[in-house]
Amino acid sequence: MATPIEQRGYAHPDALVSTDWVEQHLNDPKVRLIESNEDTLLYASGHVPGAVHVDWTSDLNDQIRRDYITRAGFEALMAKIGATTDTTVVFYGDKNNWWACYAFWVFQLFGHTNAKIMDGGRVKWLKENKATSRDVPSYPKTDYKATDRNDAPLRAFREDVLKHLEKNGQLVDVRSPEEYAGTRMHMPDYPNEGALRGGHIPGAKSVPWAKAINPDDGTFKTADELKKLYCEDNKLSPSGATIAYCRIGERSSHTWFALKYLLGFSNVRNYDGSWTEWGNLVNVPIEK
Amino acid sequence: MPEKLQQLIDMFQMFDPADRTSMLLSYADQFREVPPSIATRPFPKSHQVPQCESDAYVWARKQPDGTLQLFFAVENPSGVSAKALAAILDKTLSGLPASDIATVNCDIVEQIFRQNISMGKGMGLMAMVNAVQALAKAAERQN
Repeated sequence: MATPIEQRGYAHPDALVSTDWVEQHLNDPKVRLIESNEDTLLYASGHVPGAVHVDWTSDLNDQIRRDYITRAGFEALMAKIGATTDTTVVFYGDKNNWWACYAFWVFQLFGHTNAKIMDGGRVKWLKENKATSRDVPSYPKTDYKATDRNDAPLRAFREDVLKHLEKNGQLVDVRSPEEYAGTRMHMPDYPNEGALRGGHIPGAKSVPWAKAINPDDGTFKTADELKKLYCEDNKLSPSGATIAYCRIGERSSHTWFALKYLLGFSNVRNYDGSWTEWGNLVNVPIEK
Repeated sequence: MPEKLQQLIDMFQMFDPADRTSMLLSYADQFREVPPSIATRPFPKSHQVPQCESDAYVWARKQPDGTLQLFFAVENPSGVSAKALAAILDKTLSGLPASDIATVNCDIVEQIFRQNISMGKGMGLMAMVNAVQALAKAAERQN
C-alpha cells in the first residue's frame, strides 16, 4: 500500500490527491473531476462518477496548428465543464496519468493553479473497486474569465532548448533507453511517428518516466525515492534550469509534474515539441 | 470491401461523435477473447499485433467450409478501442473466404473511429487490420 501523500515528503503535496480524497469529494460542488486518457473510448466505458471528459487532442489542441487552444477556447472549455476560477480541478486518467498530467500542464499555461492530480489514476481507482459510471454529467455553464496563455515559465520551444544547450542547462529525456540511444525512434509497441533521426538532445539525462512511479498502482514514489532517482543518480539540481522532453510531451509532462510539484524544482519546463520536432529539425545537435 | 463491413462503415458515417462513441463502446462490450481451444496465455509473439500498445493478438483459423474464423485477445484492460475494433472485425469478416478478408485495408480505422483516434492510437488499430489482412493472405496462399 502506498505511503499516504502527506507523509511522502513532497515539496507541494497539495498538488496530489488520493483516490480516497476524490471519493470523499464526489459531490463537492467546488471540485471538478476531469478524466483525460490516451484511449478516447475509456471515459465512455466507465469513469469516476461526476467526472467530465477533457480530451487532450480535441479539447486542448488547436485543430490546425501544432499548438494549444487560445484564451477564448480555454474559457469556452471551462464554461462547458462548469468550472470557475475558484474550482479545484482534479485530473486523472490512463497510462499512469500521462495525459492527466499533460492536461494539468496545459491548464497551468492559463494560470488555473487550483489543480491537482489523482494519484494512481484510473488504474488505482478501478483496482480499489471504487464506483464508476457511464452517465455523462452536465453542469450549468459558467462564465469563466481566463488570462492570456503564458507559456514562458512552463513551456520550452525549440529556440529555448537551443539557448538552454548553450548554457549547459539540465535536460531530462524521459523516453525509453532505446529511444534515448537512437536504436528506436518510438516507444515500444507504439508506431514510429516519423522522426528522421534517432538519439537524444546532447547532455540530456536518460530518466525514463516510469521510474517515478510505483508500478503496481501507478502512484508516485516518495520524495526520498525521487531525490535519489533525479538528484543523486542523475545529478539534477532542483535549483537548476531544467527542461524535460519525450516524443510529443506527454510522458515529459508527467516528469515535469514530479520535478516541479513533488521535488520542488524551481525552474522546470516541458518541451512539448519533443523528439517529433527535434528528431526532424534541420541542423540541430544530436547525440547517440 | 466485404459487404457487412461496408454496411457497418456506411452506418458509422451517419453518426455524430456521441453516437459513434456509444456504438464503439457497444462493440467493445461485445468483445470475446480467443477461446482456450485456439490459444492460451502466454500468447505467442508470432500472433501479436505489432505497434499496438493495447497488446493485442489475432488468429485466423480455416473452417471446414473453407472460410476463415478470426480470434482476438487484448491484454491491456484499458484497450477499449482495440476491443471495439476486434469485435467489429470478427462480426464483419469471420465466416468469409480468405480472399474476401484479404481485401480489407486499414483505411477503415479512420472511417470507423474518426475523432476517437488520438495521436498514435490510429496506427495501432491500423496495425490490427493489417495483421488480419496478412493472416488472410497467408491462408489464401495455402489454398
